[in-house]
Amino acid sequence: MTPTTLTEKMQLTFTDEGFAAFLETLNEPEWLTEIRSAAWARFKELPWPSNRDEEWMRTDIRLFHLEKFFIPSARGEVATGAPVLADGVELAGSAASCDGVASGASQLDSAMADKGVIFGTISELLEDHGDLIQKHLFQVVDGLADRFAALHQATWTSGTFLYVPRNVCVDKPIHTFSTMTDGGCDFSHTLIVLEEGAEATVLAESNNAKDSVGLHCGAIEIVVGDRGNLRYVNLQDWSQKVWHFAHQSAVIGQDTNLQWTVGALGSRLAKVNQHVSLRGKRGTCQVNGVMFTENKQHLSYHTLQHHEKPDCTSDFLYKGALQDQSRTVWRGMIKVDVEAQQTDGYQRNDNLLLSSKARADSIPGLEIEADDVRCTHGSTSGRVDEELIFYAQCRGFTRKEAIRAIVTGFFQQVFDRVTIESVREALALAISRRVRDYD
Amino acid sequence: MSDVLKIVDLHVSIGDKEILRGVNLSMTEGETHALMGPNGSGKSTLGLAIMGHPNYNCTKGEILLNGENILELEPNERARAGIFMAFQRPVAIPGVKMADFLRHATTNVRNPDRKEGEDLIPMREFRKEIKANMEQLQMDSEFARRYVNDGFSGGEMKRAEILQLAMLQPKFAILDETDSGLDADAVRLASQSINEIGHNKMGLLIITHHDKLLEHNPPNFTHVILGGRIVETGGKELAEELHAEGYDRIRKQYPEAAKVNDESESEAEVVV
Repeated sequence: MTPTTLTEKMQLTFTDEGFAAFLETLNEPEWLTEIRSAAWARFKELPWPSNRDEEWMRTDIRLFHLEKFFIPSARGEVATGAPVLADGVELAGSAASCDGVASGASQLDSAMADKGVIFGTISELLEDHGDLIQKHLFQVVDGLADRFAALHQATWTSGTFLYVPRNVCVDKPIHTFSTMTDGGCDFSHTLIVLEEGAEATVLAESNNAKDSVGLHCGAIEIVVGDRGNLRYVNLQDWSQKVWHFAHQSAVIGQDTNLQWTVGALGSRLAKVNQHVSLRGKRGTCQVNGVMFTENKQHLSYHTLQHHEKPDCTSDFLYKGALQDQSRTVWRGMIKVDVEAQQTDGYQRNDNLLLSSKARADSIPGLEIEADDVRCTHGSTSGRVDEELIFYAQCRGFTRKEAIRAIVTGFFQQVFDRVTIESVREALALAISRRVRDYD
Repeated sequence: MSDVLKIVDLHVSIGDKEILRGVNLSMTEGETHALMGPNGSGKSTLGLAIMGHPNYNCTKGEILLNGENILELEPNERARAGIFMAFQRPVAIPGVKMADFLRHATTNVRNPDRKEGEDLIPMREFRKEIKANMEQLQMDSEFARRYVNDGFSGGEMKRAEILQLAMLQPKFAILDETDSGLDADAVRLASQSINEIGHNKMGLLIITHHDKLLEHNPPNFTHVILGGRIVETGGKELAEELHAEGYDRIRKQYPEAAKVNDESESEAEVVV
């Protein structure tokens, strides 16, 4: 990044003047301007999180300077970046964005549109579906939770809205891709609403060119109505110079299924809050997380599985492998409300340390108010087991081949849970590219 | 010329504890040797030392394969040189399918000069071969898709070890209680399979407490190990004697070794 390229771009700073000018460019309905303005006020009030905050104790953002970035706005640029999740997959819809601005028009299968499915960038859908968007936007994530959340709620751009009406099944996946130019920002907002009995698969991914500096400050909101079924995949593979802050939440109803797969590979520093609220009886949520870090990456994932109603099942598995001096923080919480009897909650985080300088902090937690539940949690962190290496060596594997096989196998156990073949393949390929030869 | 594996005055320690105290043993291709001894005598240690386990420190002596000392070789180099061990308690490698593991293993052992990243043996050829071997061992074809030893029953683990023996076709194989933890039918099947795969072809070093395995694979030599040394070597009648009568005579005849053995037996759990 050089100052010259930046000055060529339209620049709105994160200041009152910049924010006011930003609102001018949007031409949005009043209710939305109010949401933004409230958040901007909150943003100004709040301090940046610091190591005095429990959630940020292990995540140091002192080197993060918002003034190096500019409010996302139209730039007409196309950045390099390559989506991998939809390779060879027939899609029902797709959308792409660069620096938080839609690149080209979003696509939706006309058969799906005929059934009442709505999909596209939020800004282009506001005119026709404003009421629907207003009903759901910022209802699932708390846009005032912390300074990053407020910043996102005030200045988000682009992002996608998927709406699937009652009992409609979107039988092919929908794909979204976000990328950034060097020095860019991605403040995209994802809103997915499945009505009762609706089904969909969404493949979301973000990446940008190697060594590109950037800031992602985003949010994901998912609503799955009763008997709904959603498979959501989120592959984050930003460059290792991108700051990544996100609040990602889902609320699922009665007899629902949510399978949420997270690939956390990229970014310089990531701080993600992933919440799932099981708000109807017999809801089922499975989360499959894969983290693979290198160099000085720092990924901090905070998950909450909140059982609000009885008879629900939640199963969160995060696996991480760490190289070099990288670091991961995983903090998981199962919260069971007093009403949520017969809860079956599971959370697990396993980490493989591939370097003596890597560090994984794993903090599972339970907060249970009901008295008839089964909640289990566990975590492991360690080096590759020498006995496994020896066994494979006794079968002719070199030490390096043995470690590679063991690391690949470690992640295979997560991939096995993912029911989308293209996703399994893309994740396995991404992992195999990242696995090095270790001595 | 026949292949020869020769162990000369081998001393092996774990940490500062000496387990093997001068083992001598010579095996020629096609011969079957039984290695017997009470708990803590050093049977498994000998096997693991031959394979090159990093925790087993050879402080003195040599292991010679056709006259070449293999002590400096990595375990994978020993495997590629034709030495195999069926583990008493093989570890699980979650997420790695038996078939993929064995295809890689077979490729490396058959092409000792293969460099990392070079092609594996063709899938078709490999599938045919593993299928035939699995049928012989009465293993379900589903087995190849399971993860290496992951969630295997005791019997499945032992059969998986024999399957690897069949695929890798080593010159010398150490079978460490490959018949333990099996029911009578499974012992018979394992014994017969080992006979078909290796008896009179490979050099077999059979560590066992049972007589079935040796009934199907009668040893040319029986070695009795006690207190980290081979105290007596005989023919198959020695194995029969030990099965029938236990180690009382041996202990009485070699009181010094018996004393060493009793001392280390109390630590046997740590050692194995």
